[in-house]
Amino acid sequence: MKSDPGFYDYWPYEKRPNIQWPGGARLAFWVAPNIEFYELDPPANPQRKAWPQPYPALPGYGIRDYGNRVGHVRQMEVLDRYGIRGSISLSTALCDHHPEIIAQCAQRDWEFFSHGIYNTRYTYGMSEEQEKEMILDSLSSIKKHTGQHCAGYLAPALSHSENTLDLFAEAGSELAGDEAGFYTCDLFHDDQPTPIRLRSGKRFVSIPYSLEMNDTIAYVVNKVEPRRYGQMLRDNFDRLYAEGAQSGTVMCIPTHNYQVSCPHRLKAFEEALEYITGHSDVWVTTGREIASHFLDTQYDTALANIASKQGAC
Amino acid sequence: MALDPEHLRYPNRTYGMDHDRYEWSMLSDRRPVQWPGNAKLAVWVNVSLQFYPLNQEGKPFAVPGGMTMPYPDLRHYSLRDYGNRVGIYRFLNAFDQYGIRPSFAISTELAERAPYLLQRICEREDELICHGWNMDSLHYGGQPLAEESELVERSITRLRELSGQEIAGWISPARNESENTPELLVQNGIRYFCDWVNDDMPYSFHTKSGDLTAMPLSNELEDRFVLMNNLHSEQSWLEQVCDACDFLLQEAESSGGRILALNIHPWVLGQPHRIARLEQALAYISSCAGVWNAPAGEILQHWMAQQGG
Repeated sequence: MKSDPGFYDYWPYEKRPNIQWPGGARLAFWVAPNIEFYELDPPANPQRKAWPQPYPALPGYGIRDYGNRVGHVRQMEVLDRYGIRGSISLSTALCDHHPEIIAQCAQRDWEFFSHGIYNTRYTYGMSEEQEKEMILDSLSSIKKHTGQHCAGYLAPALSHSENTLDLFAEAGSELAGDEAGFYTCDLFHDDQPTPIRLRSGKRFVSIPYSLEMNDTIAYVVNKVEPRRYGQMLRDNFDRLYAEGAQSGTVMCIPTHNYQVSCPHRLKAFEEALEYITGHSDVWVTTGREIASHFLDTQYDTALANIASKQGAC
Repeated sequence: MALDPEHLRYPNRTYGMDHDRYEWSMLSDRRPVQWPGNAKLAVWVNVSLQFYPLNQEGKPFAVPGGMTMPYPDLRHYSLRDYGNRVGIYRFLNAFDQYGIRPSFAISTELAERAPYLLQRICEREDELICHGWNMDSLHYGGQPLAEESELVERSITRLRELSGQEIAGWISPARNESENTPELLVQNGIRYFCDWVNDDMPYSFHTKSGDLTAMPLSNELEDRFVLMNNLHSEQSWLEQVCDACDFLLQEAESSGGRILALNIHPWVLGQPHRIARLEQALAYISSCAGVWNAPAGEILQHWMAQQGG
């Protein structure tokens, strides 16, 4: 085990090169719906239980199934109203189980990125070979069912190994060279994209995905009230938008439709989207587009700047 | 280091669900439902009347809302009992004030212990739902079939004897089930249950002994979950109910009838500092155009009549 994963160097949030977003926008805004499949009876991972109760653990399974049966379509209608294309963090087995949902997302030209195969299959304990097989399977599924080269990764249930990011980037290269496997949502260290150091040397970035704005973290872990969640989203936006006048920032709302799309919660979310998209100079975009833009226009400058900051100021 | 190869095998990775209990179906694809009087929203208020024994075994887990202190946990025992003695009569007044016809899910042991309360409900002609024997008599995976079979049969039969009602509905304590619970319910004449909450509308649930209907009694909006689990304010519970009511009414405009299901507990909302929020919620709901209030059995009957063909 390491004391530091070694993905990035210290990079102070002052005096960085200015990030320019398309059209002079201050802030890149993206919404990442997690579209997930949880199994009722998965094999038991030795390090993490899928469900608190013995089989059948219907309370946890049922509410997640609610997201698929009820929630996603509700959120699609809301995102359509504000011109937002989702960037889907996808349990890729859902392409097999529920192709109707995939079709409706594809019709909207949403992005699909990999969130593993099932959200009840954890990376913990996998050999490097096994994790590679799982990641390649998920990328191939996205290609097969949507035609997209998968650009991004969020490990299933945020379960990682030391090799996860390397394996993802390499799997992307194996399938489609630099067209796939070039950004991660697994790290929460910054409000701007940052270059990530990999063993392959591939050009690869971390895109802010925000654990704090994640509806499941807000509602299930931190147990916030719906209207407070709406206020948190607006406050998060206000500050990042203000700072974006100097140098472009990124705001992400990761969602789960078994939380945010419940009848008693959707209003708070929708009001926040209305507020955010009601501002000028907001680039409403996707994870892939943010990562590509950063790689094409800012990545080299950022690397040089980071290198120059490794001594004392 | 490696996981057993079964961790990379996906035997159920095919169309539909990963089990055979119900069909995969998106709410947005279903045929619209009409409620009586062209109402858009059926409002179902369910009161859970629960007996939490002092000598809780906690097998296989301590039921949420149950005893947490070393025996005898008088504080939790008596505070839960408060609901059945005091809080429930505040509820009944509120229902009368706003013309609400709720269902009452009752622990059969409570029906036995509090004949006055049972008679009061029966005289109102409100629908009873069996809520198991008591809150410590859990149904759980791995439970011996004979043990659970006796428990289900005793809970339902005894409640029928005590109440004289048909008893068509079921809610498991803690909404927990074994792999056999749905079959046992059908074998005992239950027609709907409220444990699997994965939809906003009823749907058909398969058992080896015939079909049940799953009724969508929301967990996420219930008073205990919002106030005791999430520690939200009373005002926030009220706002959440009103927001849900508004949203479902609006969705019903284009999608057909919807259901707003409120599961409430007299030991939670029946407290003096909370009861006004329940009254305000009922006042708001009753003031909305297009709302039809009915207990679960009646909503199910109307839904069922529109499922054929």
